[in-house]
Amino acid sequence: MTITEAPPAADLPVRKGSTRKRLVPYWLLLPGIIWLVVFFALPMVYQASTSVQTGSLEQGFEVTWHFQTYWDAFREYWPQFVRSLLYAGTATLLCLLLGYPLAYVIAFKAGRWRNLLLVLVIAPFFTSFLIRTLAWKTILADGGPVVDVLNTLHVLDVTSWIGWTEGDRVLATPMAVVCGLTYNFLPFMILPLYTSLERIDGRLHEAARDLYASPTTTFRKVTFPLSMPGVVSGTLLTFIPASGDYVNAELLGSTDTKMVGNVIQSQFLRVLDYPTAAALSFILMAIVLIMVTVYIRRAGTEDLV
Amino acid sequence: MRWIRRNLVVIAGLLTLAYMIVPNIVVMVFSFNKPNGRFNYAWQRFSLDAWKDPCGVADLCGSLTLSLQIAAWATLGATVLGTMIAFALVRYRFRARGAINSLIFLPMAMPEVVMAASLLTLFLNMGAELGFWTVLIAHIMFCLSFVVTAVKARVMSMDPRLEEAARDLYAGPAQTFVRVTLPIAAPGIAAGALLAFALSFDDFIITNFNAGSTVTFPMFVWGSAQRGTPVQINVIGTAMFVIAVLVVVAGQIVTSRRKKAATS
Repeated sequence: MTITEAPPAADLPVRKGSTRKRLVPYWLLLPGIIWLVVFFALPMVYQASTSVQTGSLEQGFEVTWHFQTYWDAFREYWPQFVRSLLYAGTATLLCLLLGYPLAYVIAFKAGRWRNLLLVLVIAPFFTSFLIRTLAWKTILADGGPVVDVLNTLHVLDVTSWIGWTEGDRVLATPMAVVCGLTYNFLPFMILPLYTSLERIDGRLHEAARDLYASPTTTFRKVTFPLSMPGVVSGTLLTFIPASGDYVNAELLGSTDTKMVGNVIQSQFLRVLDYPTAAALSFILMAIVLIMVTVYIRRAGTEDLV
Repeated sequence: MRWIRRNLVVIAGLLTLAYMIVPNIVVMVFSFNKPNGRFNYAWQRFSLDAWKDPCGVADLCGSLTLSLQIAAWATLGATVLGTMIAFALVRYRFRARGAINSLIFLPMAMPEVVMAASLLTLFLNMGAELGFWTVLIAHIMFCLSFVVTAVKARVMSMDPRLEEAARDLYAGPAQTFVRVTLPIAAPGIAAGALLAFALSFDDFIITNFNAGSTVTFPMFVWGSAQRGTPVQINVIGTAMFVIAVLVVVAGQIVTSRRKKAATS
């Protein structure tokens, strides 16, 4: 690697000709970048190679460029892919719908309670997320108060009609999994939303009011567009991890709610069919990266990355 | 009715907050439960047994110590490497900047299971023994990007004139860095380190793939969800929660006192 002719940052005068000084950035970058190359980029190459291998655990695997694995894996597990995207998408939407009012309240209405509310948003993190996810088993338990209330309000009739729940149960249904996903990733939605809402100049709201905009119009034309960076990063921070999650589907779902993460996990750690697992993981990565790229382009916030 | 309509946003916001807090309350309440079977999902009766003997379950406290150890080392590693990268990114110009930026961004834009699975293929291909070291390597890897982001934000908003002033006052480069640059960057570094610790301590998916037979605390909880959940899990969860809240509250009090002292 050589040094570019670009001028050094203004605040650090680098003496010309001093090679040692010019190498400083590379020494700073080297250890961390090597770490990422060896343990993040290189594994992707190994995974790609594994996905086109054939063989068995006993006789060892060999690269045979067997691309058929991708097609077979997709054909066998497409319901899990669809389910993953559907659950993650629904959870992201729910996070936005639930998280926006709270972020709005903290940014504009909380006054001196703002810090307390922010702590409360982060507070759930202080308990391990697996323990908290297990708590949902208690909350959504059959015949528990939540199920009773939903039953009395006939909510469960509607949700079982559209296939989200089964009979009088919430646990072990798609609704429980989506509920868990939404719960687990809500803070990742609220914090970016809050950050971008908090930056909005209060005078813009006053100006909108002075120009006879109703509160709804003000929100639609001023607040919401200005909070778009928060909406975009919040939805990404929710959707990406949710699409690969298998914890909620395993703990709160049933065999009918398995997501693609569950399949990758069991293929890798239990079935030990490495080529199929690697192929599935690659397909998931490709789907997520394509969706994220298209979404960022559409939202027009490319400078976000 | 009008009151409800006027405060609709506040009500919706507080309902969301309740949705986020209720599981923590359930964890806390059920740490005082005395379950009948192996699973601690239904309330039976009040008991302090688990609180009196938090390590009474085999391997529980061992896994907790292991998780704390891994988190501490991962935090140290990720913070040092990440801070160096952040300084290089903000302060210097060099080749392949775009590639390096995407190398740092991509781990955050990748479903965790994909990173976990690909790292496992690397370890399997190299014949590495899965355990403490593979987990630590993985944790440093995924914490790194978050530290870079946190430190970068702070260093970018730093006033370069402060360092110029130090140089004008004949401070050497090392002295300027230690006495001026580092203290100003400290909050960013601290935020990055805290984030790394939390991410590492609570990580399950990547650990599950790369731990072999090593059991961290999240792995213990995962296993117990299959075998039977001891009440002690809730005790540890509650204790962690209370300690963290106390730390945050103490920090708030200290900073507000300092602000008051500074203004008066």
